[in-house]
Amino acid sequence: MSVRRLAEEQPTSFEFTPENRAWADQQIAKYPPGRQNSAVISLLWRAQKQNDYWLSKPAIEKVAEILGMPYIRVLEVATFYTMFNLAPVGRQHVQLCGTTPCMLRGAEDLKRVCERRIGPVGSVAKDGALSWVEVECLGACCNAPMVQINDDYYEDLTAESFEKLLDDLVAGRPVKKGSQIGRVSSEPVGGLTSLIDPSIYKRTSPTSGAGLEDSAAKKPGEPANVQESPAPSPPIADSTAPRRQ
Amino acid sequence: MSKIIVDGTEVDVPPEYTLLQACEAAGAEIPRFCFHERLSIAGNCRMCLVEVKGGPPKPQASCAMSVRDLRPGPNGEPPVVLTNSPMVTKARHGVMEFLLINHPLDCPICDQGGECDLQDQAMAYGVDSSRFKENKRAVEDKYLGALVKTSMNRCIQCTRCVRFMTEVAGVPELGAIGRGEDMEITSYLERALTSELQGNVIDLCPVGALTSKPYEFKARPWELAKTESVDVMDALGSAIRIDSRGREVMRILPRVNDAINEEWISDKTRYNVDGLKVQRLDRPYIRKGGKLVPASWPEAFAAIAAKAKATTPQRIGAIAGDLASVEEMFALKALMDKLGVANIDCRQDGSKLDPKFGRASYLFNSTIAGIEQADAIMIIGSNPRLEAPVLNARIRRRWARGDCLIGVVGERADLTYSYNYLGAGPDSLAQLLDHPPADKTKPMFILGAGAFARPDGAAVLALAAKAALSLGVVKDGWNGFNVLHSAASRVGGLDLGFTPGEGGLDAPGMAKAGALDLIFNLGADEIQIEPGAFVVYIGTHGDRGAHRADVILPGAAYPEKTGIYVNTEGRPQFGDRATFPPGQAREDWAILRALSDALGARLPFDSLTQLRATVNAAHPHLARLDEITPADAGALANLASLGGALDKAPFVSPIEDFYLTNPIARASKVMAECSAMAKARALKAAE
Repeated sequence: MSVRRLAEEQPTSFEFTPENRAWADQQIAKYPPGRQNSAVISLLWRAQKQNDYWLSKPAIEKVAEILGMPYIRVLEVATFYTMFNLAPVGRQHVQLCGTTPCMLRGAEDLKRVCERRIGPVGSVAKDGALSWVEVECLGACCNAPMVQINDDYYEDLTAESFEKLLDDLVAGRPVKKGSQIGRVSSEPVGGLTSLIDPSIYKRTSPTSGAGLEDSAAKKPGEPANVQESPAPSPPIADSTAPRRQ
Repeated sequence: MSKIIVDGTEVDVPPEYTLLQACEAAGAEIPRFCFHERLSIAGNCRMCLVEVKGGPPKPQASCAMSVRDLRPGPNGEPPVVLTNSPMVTKARHGVMEFLLINHPLDCPICDQGGECDLQDQAMAYGVDSSRFKENKRAVEDKYLGALVKTSMNRCIQCTRCVRFMTEVAGVPELGAIGRGEDMEITSYLERALTSELQGNVIDLCPVGALTSKPYEFKARPWELAKTESVDVMDALGSAIRIDSRGREVMRILPRVNDAINEEWISDKTRYNVDGLKVQRLDRPYIRKGGKLVPASWPEAFAAIAAKAKATTPQRIGAIAGDLASVEEMFALKALMDKLGVANIDCRQDGSKLDPKFGRASYLFNSTIAGIEQADAIMIIGSNPRLEAPVLNARIRRRWARGDCLIGVVGERADLTYSYNYLGAGPDSLAQLLDHPPADKTKPMFILGAGAFARPDGAAVLALAAKAALSLGVVKDGWNGFNVLHSAASRVGGLDLGFTPGEGGLDAPGMAKAGALDLIFNLGADEIQIEPGAFVVYIGTHGDRGAHRADVILPGAAYPEKTGIYVNTEGRPQFGDRATFPPGQAREDWAILRALSDALGARLPFDSLTQLRATVNAAHPHLARLDEITPADAGALANLASLGGALDKAPFVSPIEDFYLTNPIARASKVMAECSAMAKARALKAAE
């Protein structure tokens, strides 16, 4: 955390694209009359996306004007949330998680990669392709260490895979989102260790089996537990492989 | 009512009371920084922690928890609040230690020193040394304009200033950017504040983060003599405290008066102080060969007497200005009566208000506090934000509470609240006549000088009275016909009958070229007296009136004399003397008394006490200080029946420049700076 100020160099104007403006109007319409201010975060977020992932002074003022808010109120919101970037960022903006689980799993190595390739924390690479900041927990601790680049999470990184990921992103090559070691969401690294017997997912009768279908709605008078039994979905095929030792 | 036990004392308080209020009702003092009676509750300083039984088992912020939030005990005992238990003491010590972590130890060079809440409470709850070994936080100082100086290292983020600007002033210009340790109070990109009430954030700031820029490093609170007085910058008569050191007025602060200004004052009231020191008239002058040359009092009187002798009473006149007290206007009127002069007027702005229409026709009849009860407010020919900013804040509060319809006939100005705009001139006012009686219980008209200070002012007044009667603004038990004056002396003058006598000229008539030979001008600087007449100016500043004068008699400004001022509600208030007039200047009543001798028409009083007794005998209601003598609303029916030809011209507020409405303010450098900034803003906005 540090003092956050608007960038020194600012564009002269900001205007939502017609699509974004229509989207903004939809957001505003979600709130009752007189409470349009509630849409401020949505609008700032969209403005940031449209404006290469940073909020300029004209963008902040534009949002304030659309919502009829004093400029200072919008500035308060924009400076409060660190996910609003107040200065230009690289085309690939890396948010590197440095909180305890990621740190224990090697976030420091990733940091060194960033420092070497991009510069000190908060900097933008000279060619404008990359920038990075350290952020607090992004909630993917199971797959630590991880980074968020623009809108996507890249998890289970090592210094090497991270470096390659950056190369690919800069070069515009397709990259794999999520875990970089092939696991699905936050399953155990070595594959599933429990609930691996397929028979537990087998239906024994049309009414008492796991999983509900729309046609099988609860009938009046029936006990609720008949139909509303827990409904685990079957594991996805490729992750039911026996655990690697 | 709910019972609650505070430190063993059982009190019965309304359930919506906060614990802090309940504790105060029980006589327990609760320290606080962010809480303020007239602002919303923030609950962020944590200084008011108390221990409760019947609520969460942890220290509770007493400002943010209400009595009804607490449960009774198992046998129905009232909930218990402890304000001095070990837990509370420890919690407050902890909060104070945290607050002091980042607070600089610069009390010796801080303007707030000696009147600082943090300083005082640190004496009670602080520890002698800090356990914090790291560096203190440093915050950049912010630019907030010409009036408020910042020293943001000292800020404890109570957000009182932010809440004041947003809620009371209605100009949301201050905010808190960033978060946590890096939270900073600032205006948007450090733009200057624009509110006319911004000076109040200095009083609200519990530490020295926001201090007065003009008063910077000028004095310490303990070396100032404090005089309780009344403000004359507008017609509200706000309660003020004049702080002086020796013969110099150092600053002006508000006093609490819930009936008028609560605890706010406008920036003009607060910052006109430096105007009291410059451009002052400190000796008599006589115009010789087109130039004003210093003279002695006897020479000046002799020159006036010679002029008076050479003319007839029909060719003599007297005009009283906006800052005159009741006593001196009474003395001037008595002198004119003795001389047989009928040309007297206290309405230099050309207003058509007249005591002959009845007292109800020129008072703020519902009283200022009555705004709280109004459920519909029609503002006619007035810009209350400029004419009486503190009153405007009250209208705004009424509006913010909801269920109050506000309409405006006149200028379409930013009043800090939304309103229905009905039109610009008398035509729109006339439309109200066809309107059926409002389905409101306490509707209110507020008439400003823009409506009645014009040639057809009497007709507009009559029209407004007619509309008021037809709309139910005036009825049994409620008189919502309100006149908002813009001059402190006006109601006093009208109460005294300082208006043209039989066949007498009014102020604009007197000012015309060739109308009169001799004019006594008691501090009327806003009227242009055309060449011809010999003008005797009794006033304080080398302003417009003095430039036009042929003889200048130096008088006393409002902090330099005692006097009674009647505010726009008709409430006589006593303004006390804090310092003395400069040089040979004298109190105005004494000048008039001496002048009466020179003119051979000696006034029958030798002291201010005698003069005041005479005033009180003639006008008993002026003796009842701080009380309003209600006016008879029946007079409005007569006024309504007058009729008269209406002009089509739109209503224009008489205040062109809020910061420069009187000679004291025009002499003030601070006011000039504010005025220039306001002009620049207006120009930019017009682009």
